[in-house]
Amino acid sequence: MNRKTKEIFIKYIFFLFALVAIIVLAMIVFSLFREGMPIFKQVSVKDFLFGMEWYPTYDPPYFGIFPLIVGSFIVTIFATLIAVPLGVLAAIYISEIAPRSIKEILKSVIELLAGLPSVVLGFFGMVVIAPVLQNVFDLPTGLNIVNASMILALMAIPTISSISEDALYAVPQEFKEASYALGATKFETIAKVIFPAALSGVTTAVMLGMARAIGETMVVLMVAGGAAAIPESIFDSVRPMPASIAAEMGETPYRSLHYHALFATGMVLFFLTLAFNLIADYVSNKFKQTGSATL
Amino acid sequence: MDADMIIRLKNVNFYYGENQALTNINMNFRKNKVTALIGPSGCGKSTLLRLLNRMNELIDATRVEGEIIFEDKNIYAPDVDPVEIRRKIGMVFQKPNPFPKTIYNNISYGPKLTGVPVHDMSALVEQSLKQAVLWDEVKDILNKSAMNLSGGQQQRLCIARALAMKPDILLMDEPTSALDPISTAKIEELIEELKKDYTIIIVTHNMQQAARISDETAFFYLGNLIEYSKTEKIFTKPDVKQTEDYITGRFG
Repeated sequence: MNRKTKEIFIKYIFFLFALVAIIVLAMIVFSLFREGMPIFKQVSVKDFLFGMEWYPTYDPPYFGIFPLIVGSFIVTIFATLIAVPLGVLAAIYISEIAPRSIKEILKSVIELLAGLPSVVLGFFGMVVIAPVLQNVFDLPTGLNIVNASMILALMAIPTISSISEDALYAVPQEFKEASYALGATKFETIAKVIFPAALSGVTTAVMLGMARAIGETMVVLMVAGGAAAIPESIFDSVRPMPASIAAEMGETPYRSLHYHALFATGMVLFFLTLAFNLIADYVSNKFKQTGSATL
Repeated sequence: MDADMIIRLKNVNFYYGENQALTNINMNFRKNKVTALIGPSGCGKSTLLRLLNRMNELIDATRVEGEIIFEDKNIYAPDVDPVEIRRKIGMVFQKPNPFPKTIYNNISYGPKLTGVPVHDMSALVEQSLKQAVLWDEVKDILNKSAMNLSGGQQQRLCIARALAMKPDILLMDEPTSALDPISTAKIEELIEELKKDYTIIIVTHNMQQAARISDETAFFYLGNLIEYSKTEKIFTKPDVKQTEDYITGRFG
């Protein structure tokens, strides 16, 4: 084999490997749709998405996933509200303020947090946080929105913090020097130059953190409480979409209506995470041409 | 001591960790003059420049000895706030570094920080841009990003940004090394104009530039101040052999 054919050969081998990921993804999406679409022969898209009743095993069954969508959104939003300040401020501290030794420790601790299996976090929520919530607020159960949001926030913090940190770190030293040379303090430089310059990267980080939270299954299965109803307070239980799929899939007969409904729920989830990722991608690209720091 | 000295260095030593970058520097900068700092790479001229507005202390593990007297006070005295020093001693960097903000906001950035209300910010912006001879080129695009300007325009914007603080001294660290000849010529003209109102200290690698624009020249080598005198003297009859060798291009 001469050098040129070898090069071509190598090129195609790599292409093939790259293709595997795409093919697998395509197959997953295909089967998701194939198993999910049949539900819409029985239930209209509108009734499915906006129906208020999720009683898949009743006779007749009700397949309205609106309470599940609300459950997913509500825990994701609360988790984001907790995780964004913590994650972003931690990133600012790590990249701009912390002395080198503390910086290294903090970074490894946050990486460790990212490495914790979600079932361990869920367990922590069940055994530690739930009884505390229950006692302090005198609730019937500690498995609720607050608990799930807190644990999801814990899971989103490493994503938000490490991607934000990269974005902050990518802000050119020249901007910082220019700011200091004009008599800005460290805080002014961070608030008015570094953070705005890294904003698109930070926004990307937040979107990816939210995508992580909305798709997370084990935690919400364990600590969200599992009530498929629109919550009336933050101490109510909810049943986010992934929890519903995970909890019910084992019980449903193959290719029953319920089975198809769960796959259709998976489709909704797929579109939501896709949307989050697209937004993250759009934001990180949008500011690139201005020369400001992005990922 | 002459009254027209604006900033005086007494026995200044400077260290990056263990490495001594400047050794026993004594020199006085004249008010409303252009002083050029020349010398081969690594000779300490940029380090010296950055000492004058305390920019070096942003780097870890650096140490200064000696005194730098500005307005009758050692700027390294413990009770001196570096922020105050940097407001009075402006700096223009080697690479044009406008903020990724609008042209207007680039100029207003510094004055807004001072906390002193500026009655007419747009007048200050206009005045600063006019001083930097950039006004005519940008007056219609003040709300566009400064990143869209050419390199030469960006550098003049950076000068305007420094001038908006109404500093006493303007430090320039090889301000034209990243620019094309035409932009360089513009900046040099600008420096000529600015020295009426400001003291300018400029680091340059370009010997012709030092000869063209400066009134006084200091030659550094290996962290030592070798010779410091009137520019014509340095370039025509230097006292020290090393200076002559460098200027005639025999080393460096």
